[in-house]
Amino acid sequence: MSSVVLPYKLQLRREARSEHVFHFMTLAAAFLVLALLGGVLVALFYGGWPALRQFKFGFLTSSVWNPVTEQFGALAPLYGTAITSLVAMLIAVPLAFGIAVFLTETCPTWLRGPISTCIELLAAVPSIVFGIWGLFVLAPILQHTVQPWLIDTLGDLAIIGRLFRGPPYGIGLLTAGFVLAVMVLPFITSVTREVFLSTPRSLKEAAYGLGATQWEVIWDVVLPNARVGIVGGIMLGLGRALGETMAVTFVVGNAHRISTSLLAPGTTISASIANEFTEAVGTLYTSSLIALGLLLFVLTFVIIAAARLLLMRLESRGARI
Amino acid sequence: MTGGNLRRRRISSAVALAASGLATLVGLALLAALLWTLLSRGLGGLSWRVFTQTTPAPGSSGGLINAIYGSVVMTLLGLAIGAPIGILAATYLSEYGRAARLSKVIRFINDVLLSAPSIVIGLFVYTLVVIRMGHFSAIAGAISLGIIVIPVTVRTAEDMLRLIPSSMRQASAGLGAQPWRTITSVVYPAARSGLLTGVLLALARISGETAPLLFTALNNQFWSANLNQPMANLPVVIFQFATSPYPNWQSLAWTGALLITVFVLLLSVLARVISRLFGATQGSVE
Repeated sequence: MSSVVLPYKLQLRREARSEHVFHFMTLAAAFLVLALLGGVLVALFYGGWPALRQFKFGFLTSSVWNPVTEQFGALAPLYGTAITSLVAMLIAVPLAFGIAVFLTETCPTWLRGPISTCIELLAAVPSIVFGIWGLFVLAPILQHTVQPWLIDTLGDLAIIGRLFRGPPYGIGLLTAGFVLAVMVLPFITSVTREVFLSTPRSLKEAAYGLGATQWEVIWDVVLPNARVGIVGGIMLGLGRALGETMAVTFVVGNAHRISTSLLAPGTTISASIANEFTEAVGTLYTSSLIALGLLLFVLTFVIIAAARLLLMRLESRGARI
Repeated sequence: MTGGNLRRRRISSAVALAASGLATLVGLALLAALLWTLLSRGLGGLSWRVFTQTTPAPGSSGGLINAIYGSVVMTLLGLAIGAPIGILAATYLSEYGRAARLSKVIRFINDVLLSAPSIVIGLFVYTLVVIRMGHFSAIAGAISLGIIVIPVTVRTAEDMLRLIPSSMRQASAGLGAQPWRTITSVVYPAARSGLLTGVLLALARISGETAPLLFTALNNQFWSANLNQPMANLPVVIFQFATSPYPNWQSLAWTGALLITVFVLLLSVLARVISRLFGATQGSVE
């Protein structure tokens, strides 16, 4: 009898031990996600420390970037990052809004699936492919048709004109903004579409009942209801645009300077790192580039975290984004 | 409300809706333009040579086989590193700590990591691995890809595990199974295709990643199977060749871009198909 009971107890004990081990493994993996975030912050701070100690706050306010005299300031890449992302948002947000309206309101039901799939596939295309496309296809088009037209029509205006002066290089801040716009379009579109779909049907029916046109229902009922979600989606797209590297590196021009014209070449944080890191000689140069990476990480972290917090409020209402 | 006013409102509604249709056309046209360019410029360079010869010197003929090999090796290694960790972390979030406060924090951090710039991951691995080892290496490239895999897998795997009805877990627990046995013998098999979808999506995500490889795996002009050495990989070769002034390099860059894009798009479509089938069987179970 005991010869049967003993192995059974042994097996039970072994099961319990396996349970402890497995539970611990899953917990360790979960903690690793936390550790990853902390680790990235610590490692970048450690790597960028020589530059931060040397230049202090001047690192953020100086636009000098001179590897020969070892003077490094982050202002030009910061400016380029902000401007290209802003241009991208100005182009992508209205487009994404239009696509979301079409997909949720006017599109025939059988076409909705295929069209949303196509737009989402745009997000799957690797960023290097956007880069090579931007450099060889988009940049020449902009250089020969769009930019000369912008210079002729807007270049002479009083204030906005300053944004559109100088020779049409083809590559530059504007082109980078264009490529970024295409890249973030699917992200903003899918979030916007989700929050549009979460509008209570009764609200829309009530508005139609009062005699509102289809557009008035969208603009005055669906949009206010979806406001928080759309802002969240835009910020998510912005976070992507700020950190996007390869596509921008191809078309931004890689010049460490700040020019008022959108047509001029510039640089962004990620493009500077991608371009110069393997060629950087000396501790100060390398650590300045790592400090740029830290800056980028903190910047995107704040924006993406804010976006996620906004979207989380919606998810608790039932929408899974 | 006068008739004229109503007509104006109707017209402006129609105009706005037409504009939204136009926006959709623009979006679709962009995808079409991208694919068309890739096909028209990349297809010409596609020959048996691409898959049999290594990357050439400027001006001479050659292929991409060392880059393709490197990409396959590092991508698979990255998956091998990241996917198990991601699935285990998702298991904690879905099975052990579903309601715990810690899980909320981890979910949030994971979502942030999901959208974090990949070049920063490259810098992280550079300071952590490359400096330690003293040189660039394929293993460093695989680690940075693995780090990118983790948040993608955590997110999809948790969603998929949560789809498994709790009655199945209760049935298993009722038979006296410990949670780990329930998870490995009941929950994982039931969520198999969903977990596979997540891994495929992660694979699609890292196949085209360039930025984290730039200063971890670097690049290699020659054939190398040594994980301890710099290794050629498609994305970095595309970057180097496309920005070069040599026509034969540029042409190979287009071919490489075509290969990567077709692969990634096929993966994304496959993942969708699998998850749709999975969703269908799930519905019939409940």
